[in-house]
Amino acid sequence: MTTRLHASDLAAQLADGSVTSVEATQAQLDRIAMVDGDLNAFLHVDAEGALAAAADVDARRAAGETLPTLAGVPIAVKDLINTTGQPTTAGSKILEGWIPPYDATVVARLRAAGLPILGKTNLDEFAMGSSNEHSAYGPARNPWDTGRIPGGSSGGSAAAVAAYEAPLALGTDTGGSIRQPGAMTGIVGVKPTYGGVSRYGVIAMASSLDQVGPMARSVLDAALLHEVIAGHDPRDSTSIDAPVPSVVEAARRGDVAGLRIGIVREFGGEGFQPGVQRRFDEAVAKLAEAGAEIVDVSCPSFQHGIAAYYLVMPSEVSSNLARFDAMRYGLRVTPEGNPSPSAEQVMAATRDAGFGDEVKRRIILGTYALSSGYYDAYYGSAQKVRTLIAQDFSAAFGQVDVLFSPTAPTTAWRLGEKSDDPLAMYLEDVCTIPANLAGVPGISVPIGLADDSGLPVGGQFLAPAQADDRLYNAGAALERLVPAPVLEEVAR
Amino acid sequence: MNAATKTPLVPFDEALTRYEPVMGLEVHVELGTNTKMFCGCATEFGAEPNTQVCPVCLGLPGALPVVNAKAIESAIRIGLALNCEIAEWCRFARKNYFYPDQPKNFQTSQYDEPIAFDGYTDVTLPSEDGGDGEVYRIEIERAHMEEDTGKSLHVGGATGRIHGADHSLLDYNRAGIPLIEIVTRTIEVPGDKAPLVARAYVNQLRDLMVALGVSDARMDQGSLRADVNLSLKPVGSSTLGTRSETKNVNSFRSVERAVRYEVGRHAGILDAGQKVVQETRHFHESDGTTSPGREKSDAEDYRYFPEPDLAPVAPSREWVDELRGTLPEPPSERRKRLQAEWDFSDLDMRDTIGAGALELVATTVTAGAAPQAARKWWLGELARRSNDTGVDLADLPITPEQVAGVQALIDAGRINDKLARDVFDGVLAGEGTPEEVVAARGLEVVSDDGALGDAVDRAIEANPDVADKIRDGKLQAAGALIGAVMKEMRGQADAGRVRELILEKLS
Repeated sequence: MTTRLHASDLAAQLADGSVTSVEATQAQLDRIAMVDGDLNAFLHVDAEGALAAAADVDARRAAGETLPTLAGVPIAVKDLINTTGQPTTAGSKILEGWIPPYDATVVARLRAAGLPILGKTNLDEFAMGSSNEHSAYGPARNPWDTGRIPGGSSGGSAAAVAAYEAPLALGTDTGGSIRQPGAMTGIVGVKPTYGGVSRYGVIAMASSLDQVGPMARSVLDAALLHEVIAGHDPRDSTSIDAPVPSVVEAARRGDVAGLRIGIVREFGGEGFQPGVQRRFDEAVAKLAEAGAEIVDVSCPSFQHGIAAYYLVMPSEVSSNLARFDAMRYGLRVTPEGNPSPSAEQVMAATRDAGFGDEVKRRIILGTYALSSGYYDAYYGSAQKVRTLIAQDFSAAFGQVDVLFSPTAPTTAWRLGEKSDDPLAMYLEDVCTIPANLAGVPGISVPIGLADDSGLPVGGQFLAPAQADDRLYNAGAALERLVPAPVLEEVAR
Repeated sequence: MNAATKTPLVPFDEALTRYEPVMGLEVHVELGTNTKMFCGCATEFGAEPNTQVCPVCLGLPGALPVVNAKAIESAIRIGLALNCEIAEWCRFARKNYFYPDQPKNFQTSQYDEPIAFDGYTDVTLPSEDGGDGEVYRIEIERAHMEEDTGKSLHVGGATGRIHGADHSLLDYNRAGIPLIEIVTRTIEVPGDKAPLVARAYVNQLRDLMVALGVSDARMDQGSLRADVNLSLKPVGSSTLGTRSETKNVNSFRSVERAVRYEVGRHAGILDAGQKVVQETRHFHESDGTTSPGREKSDAEDYRYFPEPDLAPVAPSREWVDELRGTLPEPPSERRKRLQAEWDFSDLDMRDTIGAGALELVATTVTAGAAPQAARKWWLGELARRSNDTGVDLADLPITPEQVAGVQALIDAGRINDKLARDVFDGVLAGEGTPEEVVAARGLEVVSDDGALGDAVDRAIEANPDVADKIRDGKLQAAGALIGAVMKEMRGQADAGRVRELILEKLS
């Protein structure tokens, strides 16, 4: 059964002809048909398009063409990323049924590398949330326990990969939205260096923080996908014009002997679930046994990360989401009892009907934070905190090669458990947010199941900007030392 | 209904006895780049609606801007030509407001970090006799880059405005075209000069943009548009009044009229003890009045913040210096130099500039024609055809080089002035170059003595009484015989040689 294979192993089988891409793709489609009713990981499945792409790869391979490594390996794409021929909704009613007229650069690169796109995965509306409960199309569910959240906002991609619906998926990470759901579903998730992967065609949540990245069941798989999507894009002026670090090579190496690993003092203890903390401490011990040098480091500004994030992010959100105004695409709602509304009234009625509560909450927060008279106190101060956090990272990376922490303070919680307390939910991103504020890369790797909840726990490595290869090296080493927990079957 | 609109207008001169106008001008210039400010779409004027658009300029979800380097270059050259400082590092900002014309509902602009700032330009008013009069220095606060919005067309109503229309159409071809906004500081001139200075300043900016080659700066097509900010303060007072902003005034004359009208309107409101409302206003070409547009309340808040999708702009000093070397001679100095070189009177020069023919004449002269000849054709024959057809002089299908070519044919004696008009006909009709038209239409002057002699003989024979007068020494009568020969030869006779032959034969 190919659905349980790692992408690297499937790629090898495709290359030696023991399986075709059409067979592998069909197996994934069958798996989706079997389990997605329980998971709601996919918002749209494109069987026809995926099989056509698979058949094309098979034909080219049969003709003797040399193909890219992952050619023929199917993939799922977060529904925040534009795909021609398939809807892109951003998990919102305001874009229901919208089919983009252009592919995101990352999607174009997937197509060029021959990866059949299975469909579009569920997410918190416009990527706003840490639980996937804010999707307008219902929550995605955690395959380890379908009564629980898969994490957010790339919860659909995480659930799809964890439940063997797809070997690979793309997510986006603005404050931890790849790493946190990766941790909660027991898979690998990577937020590349800001600017390392093009954002062109990825619906913006907060432009200065958003980053597309790979989600997979092994570090090597994530690295293989990373190399497909990364690299300079002239259409994105924040894209880095430099060679992509050799992440695949690093993932194959996986050696921490002599590596200096910093443990961030501020990420642990109070507020961290004991079961999470125990797995983390064990992981640290194993890294030390394997020859890593463990160094205690302090990053005092990280404690202000959430506060800064919840000013910068909604400010950009309020502006980025202004384009959803019913004038050119998407939903249009005419206000009731008003036969000849003004353009402004149509915009207001549409945005009221089309956006969910969390989106509205952030738009209002951002509008307030940017308004004259408050700009300096809020947005301006938050930018200063960003600078301090970047300085903390620089100082830490002066002492150590990578930082290591739990990815999230808790394991997956029950659906609805934190819905009435947005602030409690925001705290789930405490360990992941600093990387987005500073633009540095991060990886979450499974480090076992928490003994107090029986659910997956993730460990996070952080590295300096453009040193993504260090993450893959450390992550691959950890993966060998602490094998990922294996999901037997979707648990109801 | 705004109570202020009911107050009577005060005549301009009378208003100045009690109030001093405080004026500032904001001029938007559409840059003539081949592509838009943040994407590769074409910028051609007048294309079919929504044919020059892409995900970026339509603001589609996921689209990202990339700065047009040519627009930055133009902005720097404009800044340098206006004696501005050029920022070593600057950023774009988002100006957030909802408007259907605006695809993203924010305009990518520059806010507190403009690319050019702290400059000036000197404008010269014409004197009574058409020469140079007083010179006023206009201080430039800033020149910043931004993108244009789309255009809406409101269909089904009587006025063409959104009110009463049954639907609206949006054309985003213009959305994303690069703009430079040039903002003056308060213009310090005597009140009675304010309208003239405003006009002269905008005129000078137009000339400068054309000389820099950064924009066609056509006010009639909206590629250069002026906003007139005006308030009044009581004479001798230093308290600033409430200002109005008259938007998108689109001719030099209208700039002058808008200032005059607003002075009278504000004075009327203040005389009646009422308050001027801070608002934007529309100018009406037909009667020179303004009417209220959008009210600008204090609550208007654009929520500017640095555009996170664009890398900062940091022009190197070497590049700025290099661009400084590409600046043209300032238009006012160039005009003085050309007037001296061409030996034009003040009046000749003023007419040439007024006809929008300065560049055409200059290029024609460069191509070899004598200045007066170049002026004669452009302001005479070709201006007439421009009037007849409604096609702008510069847009007539004839180049200055071709006009110089026609004059060269005259100078060589191969055609005369009358034949030249036929040559223009041919060139304008697309029949080719002047040489080709002459050849195809057989327009060369005949100076062959055989053919001319025969024609002269027939003219003498047909007009014996005229011939007698000439024999009697009344040489001015020769004109009638010349005319007869010309008529017979359909204008193609060499008039000078005809005259000589007549006198030879009748002496």
